[in-house]
Amino acid sequence: MRHSIRLGIGPVQFRVGSDWAQPVAQLANLYASYPAPTGPANATVRLAAARPWRRFIRPAVTIGGDFTIPDALPLPLSMGLLAAEMAMNLQMALGWRRHMLLHASAAERGGRALIMSGASGSGKSTLAALLGESGEWRLMGDEFTLIDPVSGAALAFPRPVSLKNAAIAEMAARVPADRFGPLLKDTPKGDIRHMIPPPAALAAMHQPALPALILFPRFGTELSVARIAPSELFVRLTEASTNYAMLGAAGYNALTRLVQTVPALAVSYPDSASGLALVEQLWAEAAQEPVIP
Amino acid sequence: MSAVRTLIDLLAARRDPATLDDHDWEGVISVARAEALAATLAERLTDAVVPPPIAALFADLRGAAKVQQSQALWEAVMARRALAPVGVRFVLLKGTAYAAADLPNAAGRQIGDLDILVAREDLPAAEAALLRAGWEWVKSDPYDDAYYRNHMHELPPLIHRTRDRMIDVHHTILPLTHRATPDAAALLAQSGPDPSFVGEGFLTLNPADMLIHCAAHVMADGDLSGGLRNLWDFHCLMQVYDAQAGSDIHDRDAAFGRLVHRAERHQLLQPFLRARGLAHALYGRERVRLGLFDRFIRRALTARDDWGRTTRPFTRLAFTIRSHWLRMPPLMLARHLWTKWRKGSLSV
Repeated sequence: MRHSIRLGIGPVQFRVGSDWAQPVAQLANLYASYPAPTGPANATVRLAAARPWRRFIRPAVTIGGDFTIPDALPLPLSMGLLAAEMAMNLQMALGWRRHMLLHASAAERGGRALIMSGASGSGKSTLAALLGESGEWRLMGDEFTLIDPVSGAALAFPRPVSLKNAAIAEMAARVPADRFGPLLKDTPKGDIRHMIPPPAALAAMHQPALPALILFPRFGTELSVARIAPSELFVRLTEASTNYAMLGAAGYNALTRLVQTVPALAVSYPDSASGLALVEQLWAEAAQEPVIP
Repeated sequence: MSAVRTLIDLLAARRDPATLDDHDWEGVISVARAEALAATLAERLTDAVVPPPIAALFADLRGAAKVQQSQALWEAVMARRALAPVGVRFVLLKGTAYAAADLPNAAGRQIGDLDILVAREDLPAAEAALLRAGWEWVKSDPYDDAYYRNHMHELPPLIHRTRDRMIDVHHTILPLTHRATPDAAALLAQSGPDPSFVGEGFLTLNPADMLIHCAAHVMADGDLSGGLRNLWDFHCLMQVYDAQAGSDIHDRDAAFGRLVHRAERHQLLQPFLRARGLAHALYGRERVRLGLFDRFIRRALTARDDWGRTTRPFTRLAFTIRSHWLRMPPLMLARHLWTKWRKGSLSV
């Protein structure tokens, strides 16, 4: 393809090809502080024109790569960065087999991982991003958390955090402007702006952390905490995993160990400040329980 | 050298993997994935020295293929549980058959649907039993349904309600409207049980029929998509067949004669010989000169760029048209395409 770039994020090395210079230049900016990838890529993303003339006339980006969804709608070129992110997600969701993928954000503290799972709008990305800025926590990722089926450890996938709508202003108030990508207005998911993780999070991205607490946050309702039984946690996590079934027995064993050793809570919170305080409190309580390796 | 050529040369063991640079590997991986040959390549290069990220990826691919195979064989067990009580005998075809018989091409082979062959008179019983056991129709379009039932060699595809796996129930190996009419009764009569060839009590086609079906699949049915994988199947099966014939030249000639005789019986001699020539040219140790049409086929089979995208649209289109031409008589083809076009479901 005309333009291309290599990106290394955790254990994944992407090769991103594009018919246009713009998405590649934007990716180069966004990933400038990431360690340079080494060796050949293990996943390929293609950002191509839907039809040859759509490279020039009303340019539209189709989301492609080693794995594609047949009838995914193309995005306008102005949202090329979002297309790249969606295409990378797709390669992970459909192609990655080394680890069990959880659609969850994660942060590490003292070698142990907090995993937050939930639907879009639950606040899992914003909470992880806020924890990452607190100085006490290492941001591991806002989209996927990888569980090693052998060791049970969580591995980081620290892509730039995809902030949406109100979360953009909230983070812009705390984080220097040079850690943000361009504002993508009126995408199918609303306004989106990418935030580059803190340098320490990128430097430590290959360090695993044993899961110690799983939260299912829900933003916008009054404060509440409810314990989730292992059986329910199992079902919830099979739904949050994109490759659980494809891993066969390894996936089952990894998930069984996770639900048997890690406490899980459903939490609701009205705003970010109280959400953060609640997370810190629950973490302190969980830290008193011994880790079962 | 293009990534698709490099992939073929790696499978054929004509290229030393140590000579590939990072750029070559990226192209090879994307093309291999697009052709459903990535785990096959990983199995072929199990002991080769490759860059660490590729070695790790290959280990992932081998592991995933093993899981997929055990899931595919489980699906065959599920079909047996549904069909055995009503007395329907079935033969495994394609990927699941290769896995059940533990043939060399099964290593790393991707398996999608479960393909089985039953006697035509058993179709109603098989259909009813599968529906009772949780399989459901995928297509609800009455035209497609009628088309399958009147003209195709299989039932409309069924998918299992909870396991989300597809089953194709064949009663012969080519569409009924195809120019060639294989001897379906002979396929079933000659299929196992041969304990050396079949695992877990499943039936597969006998080695000659399996080769001929494989050739029919790649050369006489369909538009060559997935052709590299199908020819790899053929190449491996041919090697097994030749090895079993022994080293004596007379035995080998006799074995090949039986194969030719069998292909004639199924009216598939030409596709068989064509597959043999092409498999030899692509995956054999020595270079082979191909005729003009075979070179055109090779152009279609290798129409991929280093990003895994299809190229040569006109060559591909020519084979799409050819596949329809072989599958049904011209007037019927015109009527079929007209109906499909009106419904807006024609995709070339």
